[in-house]
Amino acid sequence: MRIELIKRPQQSALFSAVSPLLALGLTVLAGFVIFSLLGKPPLEALYIYFVEPLSETWQLHELAIKAAPLIMIAVGLSVCYRSNNWNIGAEGQFILGGIAGSLIPILMPGFQNFLTLPLMLLFGFIGGAAMGAVPALLKTRFNTNEILTSLMLVYVAQLFLDWLARGVFRDPNGNNFPGSIRFPSAARLPEIIPSQGSAHLGIVLAVIAAAIVWVMMKYLLRGFEVKVLGGSPRAGRFAGFSSSRMVFFAFILSGGLAGLAGICEVSGAIGQLRETISPGYGFAAIIVAFLGRLNPLGAIAAGFVLALTYLGGEGAQMSLGISDKVARVYQGLLLFFVLGCDTLIHYRIRLVFGDPVKAQG
Amino acid sequence: MQSGSEGTPLLKTVGLTKVFGEVKACNGIDLSIAPGEIHALLGENGAGKSTLVKMMFGVLDPSEGEILWKGQPVRIGSPGEARRLGIGMVFQHFSLFEALTAAENIALVLEEKTPISKIAETARKLSVDYGLPLDPNSMVGDLSVGERQRIEIIRCLLQKPDLIILDEPTSVLTPQEANKMFETLERLKAEGKSILYISHRLDEVKRLCDTATVLRHGKVVGHCVPREETASSLANMMVGSDVETVKREGAVPEFGKPLIEIRNLERPPATPFSIPLRGIDLTVRAGEIVGIAGVAGNGQGEFFEAVSGEATQKRADIVSLNGQDCGDKGISGRRILGVGFVPEERLGHGAVPSLPLSENMLLSRHRTDAKSMLGPFGFVRNAAVRSASKRVIGEMDVRKTAEDPEAAALSGGNLQKYLIGRELDRQPAVMIVDQPTWGVDAGAAARIRKALIALARSGSAVLVISQDLDELFEISDSIAVMHDGRLSEPVPIAEATYEKIGLLMGGAEPGHMAFEGVKEEAGA
Repeated sequence: MRIELIKRPQQSALFSAVSPLLALGLTVLAGFVIFSLLGKPPLEALYIYFVEPLSETWQLHELAIKAAPLIMIAVGLSVCYRSNNWNIGAEGQFILGGIAGSLIPILMPGFQNFLTLPLMLLFGFIGGAAMGAVPALLKTRFNTNEILTSLMLVYVAQLFLDWLARGVFRDPNGNNFPGSIRFPSAARLPEIIPSQGSAHLGIVLAVIAAAIVWVMMKYLLRGFEVKVLGGSPRAGRFAGFSSSRMVFFAFILSGGLAGLAGICEVSGAIGQLRETISPGYGFAAIIVAFLGRLNPLGAIAAGFVLALTYLGGEGAQMSLGISDKVARVYQGLLLFFVLGCDTLIHYRIRLVFGDPVKAQG
Repeated sequence: MQSGSEGTPLLKTVGLTKVFGEVKACNGIDLSIAPGEIHALLGENGAGKSTLVKMMFGVLDPSEGEILWKGQPVRIGSPGEARRLGIGMVFQHFSLFEALTAAENIALVLEEKTPISKIAETARKLSVDYGLPLDPNSMVGDLSVGERQRIEIIRCLLQKPDLIILDEPTSVLTPQEANKMFETLERLKAEGKSILYISHRLDEVKRLCDTATVLRHGKVVGHCVPREETASSLANMMVGSDVETVKREGAVPEFGKPLIEIRNLERPPATPFSIPLRGIDLTVRAGEIVGIAGVAGNGQGEFFEAVSGEATQKRADIVSLNGQDCGDKGISGRRILGVGFVPEERLGHGAVPSLPLSENMLLSRHRTDAKSMLGPFGFVRNAAVRSASKRVIGEMDVRKTAEDPEAAALSGGNLQKYLIGRELDRQPAVMIVDQPTWGVDAGAAARIRKALIALARSGSAVLVISQDLDELFEISDSIAVMHDGRLSEPVPIAEATYEKIGLLMGGAEPGHMAFEGVKEEAGA
């Protein structure tokens, strides 16, 4: 017996639209099975995972804090993936953005005015973009595989941050704990509604970024260029578009947005440069991008869903004593089901039985 | 018919049907091949010929119907199974590994474990026997298309098949090479082997084949004896209506100033298996159509890329279009000079398959029509793009099922009409087209040829690269031949004959690498 994937002549428009919801449903179902096998009450666990984090206002603020970096990174990645460039290193670009933006408050703590924050955000974008430009350069110059180089640079960035936070940037008055000085208020991203919760402006910036990129992809020649070069590089060359310039554009945009997310996280949620600043946002954002169907607006909704798995994981750890690694399992399952649903929308499965070919007569 | 009716047919299909999605590529095909006959399978592109033989060779599973082999119903699940039964096939697109030698390629399909040296020896003997000389130790990547086909045929013969299926074998050969192959086929027939010969070249079929089955839209529309038919009666059967031939106006018109000038164009090979261009010179004047003939894979694709600016030249004066040196400009820069390009591949080169027609309009027009189609910040003016698209669809009679369908949803002929119309709509001073009617139905092909002639008569220079000699003779004012990356002097149409062009296609010009057979004929 063998299994064949056969391309469907037409894709169902209905199922293309509900595919992310279907994937979500399957993930919940799989969660039910996992919790049962772990010997935890499955319904209660699912409640703690998916409903409880939404029950109070301050928790919604927490959700927005987690969703902001996911959305911002995923918006850039969706453009990058549409153009057929596979940036897997957003985590590293996020970290470098955080470092670059922190240079201002750490090296010039006295520079405190209305320009401090905008400059930090700009530096964050540039830092991430510079980090993203490295795999782009390697790809266009030496024809290296950007998936490998961008991923490997994540480890470089993580260790570089670790070295900075424990070494040169360590707060001299910090009792030898790793981490920089605490940022002055002029270098902190303000909270949106301080009386209700701690969500900062990052979520607003993320939504604005999504809207701008959506307009670009839908209405501008540049968006057309992304689609053409991503769909058919040869046709792109025929159109007069440069595929190597597109590699740089895609990596600089996605790296830059990841870097912006990085500095937003550092100056908003954390308030200092620490040895770790991300619980894997750069990787989870890959799932967000696909769950949002590589559409910047879709990434907003998908970002909140993934943020929920982070909060739910923390909640389940506290109430049920389940390892927070379960959150990672959830994220993996979600990606698996999204890709699975998409594959089955485009292909159907055929089982071919029997020994191929013997005379029947 | 008569030769097929005596005794048990070697192979017979009963109601053979293959459904792809909702399309019946083959619909209830009944066909029988007698031992020792050459049977032609005729039909236009897309008539279902290739699908049918793929089912016979075990590449595709039939959806319905059955195949009888020597009177016994069989289910052929894989090419290996077909070979074991005694069916051999030579594909239209060769299935050879370029980085292996001929003998190694042959060894790959043989099932028993024979040492390569022994296979090489057998292959050499067999090839000499059948008049298809072949060096088994040569690397396939270095061989010409004709030589590669010999490997496929020898590989097929080594398995001692009773039935040999040949899928458009002459489409890649010069007329002289094709003649040699016909001799081989006659000899195989004399040995009692059957041959299923797929082609849309009617003169070949008339000359070679004993019986013929004609397919149209996946159905059998007739069985006949080709020798008793005329070329036009066969063509009518294939197309289903009288084929319109494009007539050129009587007198040769006066040509204006040169609009395409190519001076000593050289291009090193971009990949190990692509053809370098060597010292190409060419001039096309206003009002003139120059055709470039040649066997596939002799540098036509590389030449198109160099002229279109997808690959640029080091110096501006190597290529001059519409009176301006532009060798250093990219494709957009050349389009702005008033040049239109249509590449060979429609899907994936001339158009993005997944994008709607209107967005494909923007593909080649976003720079030349930036004023009307783009607004500030590169905002696309969809209304202007759509109206241009509508204009082209009306002008070229593009038939489609939806208002603005994806490019991939159109038939080859209709998409090609759209892509040609996309450029004609700008009234280009220079038009360069690669394989304008490749895989296009007869009606659309006539429409496209007419449009190209009309463009030239209105004072533009037109350069057509094509493997279809009939087409070039029909529309060109002169024909040049590309062989091994070099271009011959253009031959004015009044002096051009199939023999002359055929010899040039084989590389007969002095100083060129030539096939041995052709050299002798040229010298004689």
